[in-house]
Amino acid sequence: THTEEEENKMARQRNREIVPGVNRFSRSQMYKRSGRKYLKNKKETPKTEKPVRKASRFYSVDNISKPLKAVHVHKPTALRRSIRPGTVLIVLTGPYRGNHVVFLKQLESGLLLVTGPYAFNGVPLRRINQVHVIATSTKVDISGVSLDSVKDELFIKPKTKAPKKKTEAGFFKNEQKKEKTGVSDEFKKLQKEVDSKIVAAAKKTDSLLPAYLRSKFSLSKGQYPHLMNF
Amino acid sequence: ADTPQKKRGKKMTQGNRLHVQGVFLGYRRSNANQYENTALIKVDGVRSREDTPFYMGKRVAYVYKAKSKKNGSKVRVIWGRLVAAHGNSGTFRARFRNNLPPKAMGSQVRVMLYPSRV
Repeated sequence: THTEEEENKMARQRNREIVPGVNRFSRSQMYKRSGRKYLKNKKETPKTEKPVRKASRFYSVDNISKPLKAVHVHKPTALRRSIRPGTVLIVLTGPYRGNHVVFLKQLESGLLLVTGPYAFNGVPLRRINQVHVIATSTKVDISGVSLDSVKDELFIKPKTKAPKKKTEAGFFKNEQKKEKTGVSDEFKKLQKEVDSKIVAAAKKTDSLLPAYLRSKFSLSKGQYPHLMNF
Repeated sequence: ADTPQKKRGKKMTQGNRLHVQGVFLGYRRSNANQYENTALIKVDGVRSREDTPFYMGKRVAYVYKAKSKKNGSKVRVIWGRLVAAHGNSGTFRARFRNNLPPKAMGSQVRVMLYPSRV
């Protein structure tokens, strides 16, 4: 805790004491920082603007602790070098495990946006974590596909609170039947829009690529992933 | 000529395996003491310490069947991870959420391909 006078002085200072006797900036560093370097008459001290500090109108009696400032910056997970837009990936987890899918882009959350394409293997536009995917060296040219409209929010379903009332009538019925929310028409439209270009690009890249995307990856006897080039 | 399908009268189905087979050899131990919190796993095809980095951190599942149904299935799993190499011949140390039961010694363990770094 400092007096107002002390605080004003500290606000004007360019330097600060780290430990008694040790300042943040050395004498030569201060020479540059204070602007004395650029003065013609070295004996003159350079003019500094005094920051105006009003006396606060309220001083708390209690010791109010302030939380430390969070300096954390959110960045999406670093994308593996082997994964680039258009790379064919092998899905390792989830209902579509084993499928080959095309990587589209990394979303803001860090998750990967992939698509089957749906026409080939039934995998829709879907998010998946990098860690649940093996990248192959096969690539499809998806430069013509516009993916700006696809964002994380598209995939996050709003949570509907299921009523937890236990009624007598409900006891005898099948309570809390989950409402099957099918895929919205907008999503289907988006899917078709994105897929049409990828399907065309896949056919163009290689005649076998559509069959490859339709196929599933699996290990068989004598196949060891540590010896494989994907 | 007869195709293999016709001869056998069966459909040739595609494999489904997305894991590498491993065997639970026993617990980490010295001659007279064993430490059940760490299991030793031998992964198929991994014969030297040089081959082990690929599988580091990969999740492992000990799958077994029980008499009663839990969560709608009689199949149960104990999950773990490959944690370190053990020795020079490609054996791994694994830690499971719950220690593996001793009856699992010599039985198969599944080494999954995730978390993937490839």
